[in-house]
Amino acid sequence: MNPDKPKMGFFETIANIDRRVIFLFVGFAVIIPVLLSFSCREEATPIVQSIFDKIESLPEGSKVLMSFDYGPSTVPEVQPMVDAFLRHCCEKNLKIYMMALWGTGHNLISESMEDIIKEEFPHKVYGLDYVNLGFKAGQQGLINVILTDLKKMYTTDALGSEIDAVPMMVDIRNLKSFDLILSMGGGFPGIKEWVLFGGDPGNIPVAGGATAVSAPLLYPYYPRQLLGLLGGIKGAAEYESALIKGYPKFKTYSHPGIDMMGPQTVAHIVIVLFIVIGNITFFMGRKKEEEEKREGGALK
Amino acid sequence: MRRQIPLIITFIVGSVLIISVFIPHKPFGQLGENFSVYFDIIAVFAFILGAGNLLRVHGNRIYRKHKDWPYSVVTVAGFTVMMIAGLFKIGGSPGITGDLTEPGSMFEELYMYVFTPLMATMFALLAFFVASASHRAFRAKNKEATVLLLAAFVILLGRTPFGVKLTSWLPDPLSFLEIPNLASWIMSVPNMAGQRAIMVGIALGVIAMALRVILGVERTYLGADSE
Amino acid sequence: MRKDLVWLFGGVLFFGLLYLLNWGVKAISTDLLVWIGAFLSLAILSFLYQDNPFYKFAEHLFVGVSAAYWMCMGFWNTLVPNLIAKLHPPIVKGVLPAIAEKPPEYWYIIPAALGIMFLMRLSPKAPWISRWALAFIVGTTTGLNLVRYLRSDFVGQIKSTLIPVIVVENGSLSVGGSFSNIVIVLGVLCGLIYFFFSKEHKGIFGVASRVGIYILMITFGASFGYTVMARISLLVGRMQFLFGDWMGLLQ
Repeated sequence: MNPDKPKMGFFETIANIDRRVIFLFVGFAVIIPVLLSFSCREEATPIVQSIFDKIESLPEGSKVLMSFDYGPSTVPEVQPMVDAFLRHCCEKNLKIYMMALWGTGHNLISESMEDIIKEEFPHKVYGLDYVNLGFKAGQQGLINVILTDLKKMYTTDALGSEIDAVPMMVDIRNLKSFDLILSMGGGFPGIKEWVLFGGDPGNIPVAGGATAVSAPLLYPYYPRQLLGLLGGIKGAAEYESALIKGYPKFKTYSHPGIDMMGPQTVAHIVIVLFIVIGNITFFMGRKKEEEEKREGGALK
Repeated sequence: MRRQIPLIITFIVGSVLIISVFIPHKPFGQLGENFSVYFDIIAVFAFILGAGNLLRVHGNRIYRKHKDWPYSVVTVAGFTVMMIAGLFKIGGSPGITGDLTEPGSMFEELYMYVFTPLMATMFALLAFFVASASHRAFRAKNKEATVLLLAAFVILLGRTPFGVKLTSWLPDPLSFLEIPNLASWIMSVPNMAGQRAIMVGIALGVIAMALRVILGVERTYLGADSE
Repeated sequence: MRKDLVWLFGGVLFFGLLYLLNWGVKAISTDLLVWIGAFLSLAILSFLYQDNPFYKFAEHLFVGVSAAYWMCMGFWNTLVPNLIAKLHPPIVKGVLPAIAEKPPEYWYIIPAALGIMFLMRLSPKAPWISRWALAFIVGTTTGLNLVRYLRSDFVGQIKSTLIPVIVVENGSLSVGGSFSNIVIVLGVLCGLIYFFFSKEHKGIFGVASRVGIYILMITFGASFGYTVMARISLLVGRMQFLFGDWMGLLQ
């Protein structure tokens, strides 16, 4: 320690705190609630409730296209939404068509099929109740093609079966054959591309779940062009809560969205405190500078 | 000619796709659909190009023994193993005729236990940096910054159950001042208004840029003349 | 570099030893693949302390694996069924027997040719050929985007802003609804006025521009709040994997 260096005040120490100390606080703010399994129930807001109500209103056998437009980086946020949508659609006996605009979505479709549909709804039959169309490259170009002719790009399903040999694909011509498009993900391509290239030109209802980073950017489309939106883990928790409210049997199922709200709450409070402390140190520092200037001026 | 033909291609393709919206019948409708199909297929070649470029860059580093060249060996080795597992669909019950992501296949295992932890943790790091950056940079230096800060606080607290508890004591006539209700209002009213203004601005920019590119005024995508 | 390799080798050995000893924690996973996932997660997280050989190893591995992943996905999901199977269906009999009997569609030679042109970017002798394929991609993107953005992001958004500023609900004036609609209409107008830099922001125009700035500040504040929420969610997910799937400490 340098004896000539003046001793820093408390606020100066806080202002110049090593960022690794901040990392430690954030780490504990997340780890402790995770270990304590601290979770909180949510109430669905109108933008989330509208999707729930839409799916509720669809008659049995309606066709729902689910697009898995996300990757492992956003699984913690988006997967709870996907699980909730799948459970709801399966419970309502809707026909589920799964596809992906992202390559990583292909794996996630397989996982969701195994973890949710086959595990929780074993009576559902592949090809009759749900089908995996898999990933196709092309992004918004793909949406543009399938808007008019879906089978031009999808000649087989993801398992290699000829597309017309899949019973639930027989009466599908293009995107307009679907009653609802659900896009889950964040980033490009995602919900925006589904609205721009699918929903608006084809006049097809589009809804979905987006990462919290993308969600604010999609609000302008609600409600005319976007039926509803699940924004981040909060949106997922709200939908899970609405599902439990509508179908109490789901109370015993896993609800990762609700489970994550506990650590989320604590981490948010920690970050708000850090911002407040940062501002206090800033204003204290500015006040000190002004006082020193005044003293310097008085001495002259 | 090296620059003229690409400009002509851009003009023809762009124009056909615009016309196909107004004349969705043959030949424009059909051409528009075909061009979109070609686009989807060429997108895959972009992945192959990316992989090829990666091998070229890292192969060069290994060959010339650049600083940190052993890490380039890691990159090339990881690429090779994943590619062999994927191209030959190693493991998994139906083999080469089955789904690429068949449970139990080597490609699926590499995806689950190598790709996913790496990608997910890379993005998880951002939580720490956003906290550190907020502490250091987020200052209410003027009125605009204060408004930004207050909106951020309302959203951060309002999107959690803590926000509910913080203002649940407010009487019913003042329930609109409860933090969660304020947060919802901020998202669906001023946020929507601001995002809409930005969206309209961006749309005008996209339209202007698209016209410039189609008409050949904007040529930066063709690269340098020396190629 | 040699020091890096020693650290890396030592770290892998140490982790391997922990795996074999089950780390003294009864509930810890015995699946080798989960341990590999945990090792790679911790290697990335080690960057928080400082840059180190474990982070560099994990980062470089990610780049290689990711490139191969996208290539394999594109190859099997698009190239084989939508190009190779279209040009010469019998060739895919061993991998996609369902569509091997279909008649060929020779016009797919066009995207095949464009794709090969695109790959010429890697050629040192004739990289300029890739410009033709690039021009096609740029033309398609701009052609699609122009109309779609005009319809949905311009006309669509203006249409959505044409809302009544006096809202009547159940026969009486809704103050909250009217106020919200006024904020939306004025907010959009003032936001757009702020971005109009061809006129000096003075007088009424200047006042509208200031209102626009405040609306945009609220927008950015909301975006920041949501961004923090997103990042924290991703961290929670990783911690759930480390403490749940790996260490077995969660139910």
